[in-house]
Amino acid sequence: MLKRMHDRPLVPVGITIDGRPFEAKAGDSVAAALLASAIGATRASPVAGSPRAPYCLMGVCFECLVTIDGVANRQACMIPVAEGMRIDRQPGLREIGP
Amino acid sequence: MTTITSLAADWDVLVVGAGPAGMAAATVASRAGLSTLLVDEGPSPGGQIWRAVTTTPVMRRPVLGDDYWCGADAVRAFERSGTVYLPATTVWSLDGQGRAGLSHGGGARIVTASRVIVATGALERPFPVPGWTLPGVMTVGGAQGLLKASGLYPGGRLVIAGTGPLIWLYAAQLLRAGGRIEAILDTTDRRARYAAAARLPSFLASSYLGKGLALMAEVRRRVRVVGKVTSLVIEGDQKVDGVRYACARRQEARLPANTVLLHQGVVPQTSLAMAAGVRHRWDDDQLCFVPEINADGATSHERIAIAGDSAGIAGWEAAVTRGHLAGIAAVRALGGTGDGLPDAAACRRRLAALEGPRGFLDRLYRPARSFRIPTGDTIVCRCEEVRAGEIERAVDLGCLGPAQLKSFTRAGMGPCQGRLCGLTVTEMIASRRGVPQAEVGTARPRPPVKPITVAELASLPAGEQDLAAVIGRRR
Amino acid sequence: MTAGTARDYEVAIIGGGLVGAAVGWGLARLGHRVAVLDEGDDVRRASRGNFALVWVQSKGLGMAEYAGWTVRSSNAWAGLADELRRETGVDVHFERPGGFHLALSDEELETRAQTLRRLHNQPHMVGYETNMLGAAEIRRMLPAVGPEVVGGSYCPLDGHVNSQGLLKALHTGLARHGARYQPGQRVNGIKHKDGAFRLSTAKGEVVAGKVVIAAGNATADLAPMVGLQVPMLPERGQIIVTERVAPFLRHPIVNVRQTDEGTVMIGDSREEVQDPSGIRIGINTLMAKRAMRYFPALAQLNVIRTWSAIRVMTKDGFPIYDQSRTMPGAFVVTCHSGVTLAANHALAIAPMIARGALDPELDVFSARRLDAQAHA
Repeated sequence: MLKRMHDRPLVPVGITIDGRPFEAKAGDSVAAALLASAIGATRASPVAGSPRAPYCLMGVCFECLVTIDGVANRQACMIPVAEGMRIDRQPGLREIGP
Repeated sequence: MTTITSLAADWDVLVVGAGPAGMAAATVASRAGLSTLLVDEGPSPGGQIWRAVTTTPVMRRPVLGDDYWCGADAVRAFERSGTVYLPATTVWSLDGQGRAGLSHGGGARIVTASRVIVATGALERPFPVPGWTLPGVMTVGGAQGLLKASGLYPGGRLVIAGTGPLIWLYAAQLLRAGGRIEAILDTTDRRARYAAAARLPSFLASSYLGKGLALMAEVRRRVRVVGKVTSLVIEGDQKVDGVRYACARRQEARLPANTVLLHQGVVPQTSLAMAAGVRHRWDDDQLCFVPEINADGATSHERIAIAGDSAGIAGWEAAVTRGHLAGIAAVRALGGTGDGLPDAAACRRRLAALEGPRGFLDRLYRPARSFRIPTGDTIVCRCEEVRAGEIERAVDLGCLGPAQLKSFTRAGMGPCQGRLCGLTVTEMIASRRGVPQAEVGTARPRPPVKPITVAELASLPAGEQDLAAVIGRRR
Repeated sequence: MTAGTARDYEVAIIGGGLVGAAVGWGLARLGHRVAVLDEGDDVRRASRGNFALVWVQSKGLGMAEYAGWTVRSSNAWAGLADELRRETGVDVHFERPGGFHLALSDEELETRAQTLRRLHNQPHMVGYETNMLGAAEIRRMLPAVGPEVVGGSYCPLDGHVNSQGLLKALHTGLARHGARYQPGQRVNGIKHKDGAFRLSTAKGEVVAGKVVIAAGNATADLAPMVGLQVPMLPERGQIIVTERVAPFLRHPIVNVRQTDEGTVMIGDSREEVQDPSGIRIGINTLMAKRAMRYFPALAQLNVIRTWSAIRVMTKDGFPIYDQSRTMPGAFVVTCHSGVTLAANHALAIAPMIARGALDPELDVFSARRLDAQAHA
């Protein structure tokens, strides 16, 4: 549960999270958008399935790994949202694609 | 906008990091006529302390404060300097010959520079307490970044726990932004006050004191602060729902919480420099590894210099000064234009004046042992879910140091390559063996220090010697 | 792990890696009083840098006995894994689904076939199955394989294991049997006096009835102290490690395997270089390229680290098992395949050392063969 304050208008950016539409703002990282969506755990760790979510928000902890536009294990805190972006949470190990 | 494929292969100077130090170094080098490339992971310049200074929606100056807005001037100077700037780019390898592996937009390149200035800044010290891996637990620095970049801050019940100046700064910024804090659980070690007292005089003479006291007063007026906290247990099932804590003279208590922000200082981000083989040493004041450098940031490798917090935690002003010194040294070494350079002697004096008072802060905010050395089920290596008890058992089996420990427990083998567990591992081994941290050392990170795909790796050039090593095998 | 003063052990083993720990555990489980002396944390350790294969196919070209020795260890490996798990609780994830060499051209395939023919045509060669398979057959067994793979060789006796887990299991086993593991205690001298071996270290002397030198490449420096010559030719190899991924490759390929954790390891390379800290990116590039040709889906995986390690390599690549004639009770056990041969080291060689002499079948592994070659 995050609140937002801003001193200028924010440009909305439409994305989907696990298939559901969500309105992020221009300048948000994917991690920020996920946190703003109050989704809780953003992945289950591949080692023991523990619930994890963004921690450091600066690219060093690798907790914020999500699938973005079909590409798995991307660091959400390092990637800005873009219109139409598809974000999917990862339950455990990534699957190797075709 | 430069893309990774159009990038030139050779540079006079490569700067890694667009924070205060990196921008300062690049600005000096570029203005002196050296071909300068600055590479940074983030989408816009500023590093962490000046994160999103060109794009932040939090534009009312008093919310983030003057130190933040100084960054705007630094960015302007940097943007006008002639430096080639490549954002959203990681540097995943570096060697003593100045060869750096870059990755941008899914494409990798190797570039070479006569001088590489590593300005990778700092990261938060690990804070291994029970429950620290739960969703809803983040670092204070991370939350501060969210505020700066997006104007976002925790709603619901927020508890901040730890020690260090950043807690007071963020709390003040949060309150000014309209946020609310349930409590600050201050884990500052009361014994540290006595040790800090010896360093008080130089601190009193500095500007840190005024700033610090004002921030603390601002926050304490509006937020409940629990001092002398000696233990923390974060609770929750799928996400945080509360924090149990104990403090000096009182019984254990519990606070419900939706968000817990942790902070017990920052430490240099050494991954790239260590992977390059730059010599580091254990610093007992800052309780972390720092590179062996001189005032100009020169390291054990002639081509590599380090500036800013990754040289040792000293704040943004010292970072800028170190950046200037590293830039000047590069200009001198490579024969750039000497006119218009900042005065190196003045920079060194300024650096000494800025670093002197840090000893007090280091001592005062030195994290207590119990928060550096976890036990039992507390997770130490988040990536591989290795718990403290497992590490203790491995030390008892004969692991003398982090390399063997890595092998026995997998601690440090995940994608973060020890950024979040390395210091804890060093401290735990040192403590259990009864030897100094300096003797235990730390495991060396290996390239790529930030991930690249197999395809990216496969796209790089290879030569005859490489071919002979791979194809010309006996088997 | 306190500093050692004079102690009496039945056997002192120099080297706490996969070979030393396997021999030590093998002796300790027979009830012997064992000390294992090891160097510090920062020393080069092949036990930490290997491909973790339990490999049979193509071993022994040039020494048929080595093939037989390898098959024996492969067949005993499951028993070793079981015993270690029961005794220590550590599951080393030994799997023997059979392994492959893959070919990306007809030429490669034919070269492989010829090598295997030469291997199996050697006199005294042990018989076991290795099949040359065509593209269709390979595709059936390895669905993830790419279109450039034209075929390969498959041997049902090939497998792999978690080699870090193996080292940990052996050390846990050593501790359980009361063996004394002394790390950070480099041996710098060995004397033979009054029927006992006196090993000098910076932390004091260790006294033992027998000594086994299993110190990897450092065996070359230690062996002369017991009157043996052990010529070693260390070489460097590099490995790529990816992030964890859901299981897709059950069978190990000689240079690509998926670990039990789910990471994918990609090898392999060979340089006559002894600096373990250097990494040539170009080598990694070529290995990555080749791995993608074997398994195109690897392309998108993130590489999370690469490393280089120094292989323990005798001069001709075959193990050196030796016993001193001038100092009876001193043994040398060193080889490249510390993982594959762990079962033999623990369950065959350790009992021989307990009995006081290596069996005559191991004479072929004596370093004297290298003297003979040198003089030939």
